[in-house]
Amino acid sequence: MNILVCVKQVPDTEEIKIDPITGSLIREGVAAILNPLDACALEAAVRLKEAYGGKVTVLSMGPPQAKEALKQCVAVGADEAVLITDRAFKDADTLATSYALSMTAKQLGEFDVIVCGKHTLDGETGQVGPQIAEHMDWSQVTHVMDMKVEEGKLVAVREMEDGREVVEATLPCVASVTKASYTPRYPTIKSKLAAGKKEILTLSADEIKNLDKERIGMSGSRTKVAKSFSAPTGQAGMVIQEETGEATGRKLARILHEAKLV
Amino acid sequence: MAIILTEEQKELKALIKEFMENEVIPYAQEYDERGEFPEEILKKAHEMGLGCMNIEEEFGGSGLDNETMAVLIEEMAYGEAGVSTSLTVSGLAYECVRDFGSQEQKKLIAEAIVAGKYVSFALTEADAGSNAGAARCSYALDGDEYVINGSKAFITNASYADYHLVFATKDPALGVRGLSAFIVANDTPGVSRGKKENKMGLRLSNTSDLHFDNVRVSKDMLVGKEGLGFKMAMTSLDVGRILIGAAATGIAQRALDESVKYAKQRSPFGQPIATHQAVQFIIADMAIEIEAARLLTKNAAILKDKGMRISKEAAIAKSFSSDVAMKATTDAVQILGGYGYSKEYPVEKLMRDAKVYQIFEGTNQIQRIVISGAVLKE
Ligand SMILES: Cc1cc2nc3c(=O)[nH]c(=O)nc-3n(C[C@H](O)[C@H](O)[C@H](O)COP(=O)(O)OP(=O)(O)OC[C@H]3O[C@@H](n4cnc5c(N)ncnc54)[C@H](O)[C@@H]3O)c2cc1C
Ligand SMILES: Cc1cc2nc3c(=O)[nH]c(=O)nc-3n(C[C@H](O)[C@H](O)[C@H](O)COP(=O)(O)OP(=O)(O)OC[C@H]3O[C@@H](n4cnc5c(N)ncnc54)[C@H](O)[C@@H]3O)c2cc1C
Repeated sequence: MNILVCVKQVPDTEEIKIDPITGSLIREGVAAILNPLDACALEAAVRLKEAYGGKVTVLSMGPPQAKEALKQCVAVGADEAVLITDRAFKDADTLATSYALSMTAKQLGEFDVIVCGKHTLDGETGQVGPQIAEHMDWSQVTHVMDMKVEEGKLVAVREMEDGREVVEATLPCVASVTKASYTPRYPTIKSKLAAGKKEILTLSADEIKNLDKERIGMSGSRTKVAKSFSAPTGQAGMVIQEETGEATGRKLARILHEAKLV
Repeated sequence: MAIILTEEQKELKALIKEFMENEVIPYAQEYDERGEFPEEILKKAHEMGLGCMNIEEEFGGSGLDNETMAVLIEEMAYGEAGVSTSLTVSGLAYECVRDFGSQEQKKLIAEAIVAGKYVSFALTEADAGSNAGAARCSYALDGDEYVINGSKAFITNASYADYHLVFATKDPALGVRGLSAFIVANDTPGVSRGKKENKMGLRLSNTSDLHFDNVRVSKDMLVGKEGLGFKMAMTSLDVGRILIGAAATGIAQRALDESVKYAKQRSPFGQPIATHQAVQFIIADMAIEIEAARLLTKNAAILKDKGMRISKEAAIAKSFSSDVAMKATTDAVQILGGYGYSKEYPVEKLMRDAKVYQIFEGTNQIQRIVISGAVLKE
């Protein structure tokens, strides 16, 4: 199996801070990490490789520092790593991002599966995976927890709000992975050292064939982030559970009454 | 502290830190209270190559030099000392087999360790600790085989080891010159594991007796030459002592970090105790001594990597670092006051763990015999 995993380097914080004046993300002093769900996506891909043989390539669009995230991927099972980096990719929205990634995928080879994370820690749109499937004109499976290949089809377990669903998809396809039923492996001392020495293929916009420059970066973006701000954190909820339904109701009424809400 | 580490050392140190923080530290207290060997945790560590750090890559090991290992073992022991002990003692046995054994023996032991198995280093006996020459566990040649009889005591990983590197004597009257070393598979008839020590500290490591009752091993399991056992053990322990220095430095550093954290937030008289000079000076002394311990250890490791004789330097690093660890952890308990004495905070465990570093792989009195002997000869 020839597998491509798309990974993004994101700031290491669950609560990204936003500059109240400029409205942009404060990235200084925040360590950059591999997007956590992309680590799950990679683990799922490496498990496919281990089960069926083949190769795993990781691809990222980002600044040169994103090489660190790619090396981290090489240490836990990726065979090749590619970074597309260019000022021309800057300020891309999800559409421009997914276009650039899919054009690169077409150039890199014939993949059976492209695996993405379900969403990122920073942008958190969850759109890039499905959009890549559209650009490639492939089938896609979202919210994947686990997957295998049977009779030339991808069989994926999807996580649903109220249970699980098993779906089949024809190959090639795009799978976007949610928190899997297994945790990503640690690198070994040897794989970590080998990854440090690994050559990472770096491509500029000019080096990607047939790339329409109007469709990447700022100019290719249909979405503009007009304003970002830190939302006031909501108050934690309260659970009222008494011995009986009646007592619970009474307590609720009393609390509402005391708060002068009723 | 500012110390020059290579990019590789930094990356591997960060990896160990992440592993200790996620997989070990949160569970350490429970295992400590139960005195339980954390098999599952160690299994993960073995998969990462943390149990075969000194084994060459040709045998599947991690192939690290002593300088790098010292950095990593410090970080491991910073997290949990018992885990770092369990992961390094097999390497000590390998050290001996590598330097003195046959190619087949090297391969046998290296591959076992790489596969996640334990190999014990069985020198001490109930009545032969500081004086290895007093060993009673004996061997005799019978046809093509050596027959081993006797017992070993205080052996790390003994209850879990698949192989033991056993030091036995041909004749107790020969003292240290009677000792020879043998690789003994644990499943050889006559080998049994005895009582497990219920220890004050280092409770995540396993320490146990071993008994040998007419245990027959083939001739090719003799490591090196007959009568060289003591010399071989001491050569291996030179390296072991560097790593002990590293681990002790890690424990001391943790004691300092816990002290600083606490001293900045505890304010019995309205201001943090860190603002009192009496507390500041304790912290300064810890910092001075830890930095010195780390550098002594690093120096011994670099000398060893360059192929130099290091008995004195290793003994200095071991004894100094373990004395520093004992003092720093005791002072940490003092800085934390009543809470330091309580299991609610990690420093009482650090203090219990630190103590053994002054005792094993040669007590600090024995280290001083080694050091003074070398100095007086210079
Ligand atoms: C606060 C904030 C809000 C934003 N809001 C929007 C918005 O509303 N609409 C919009 O179009 N853009 C938005 N963006 C821009 C968006 O983050 C970027 O376009 C980004 O390149 C992709 O979107 P995402 O991070 O949401 O990825 P998601 O769609 O959440 O990511 C899903 C998966 O796609 C892959 N992937 C995503 N980005 C990359 C990459 N650069 N390289 C390789 N693989 C990747 C990964 O596998 C990832 O797990 C926003 C950015 C920020 C910081
Ligand atoms: C947790 C743990 C793990 C261990 N793991 C191993 C292992 O894996 N393999 C192994 O072989 N052994 C192991 N040991 C044994 C350890 O190396 C011995 O306990 C140590 O060498 C001391 O020997 P002893 O206990 O017999 O003390 P003794 O030799 O009886 O010494 C008692 C005291 O007398 C002092 N003393 C002795 N002789 C002199 C002297 N000539 N001059 C001045 N003072 C002296 C000592 O310093 C000590 O303070 C372990 C011990 C412990 C506690």
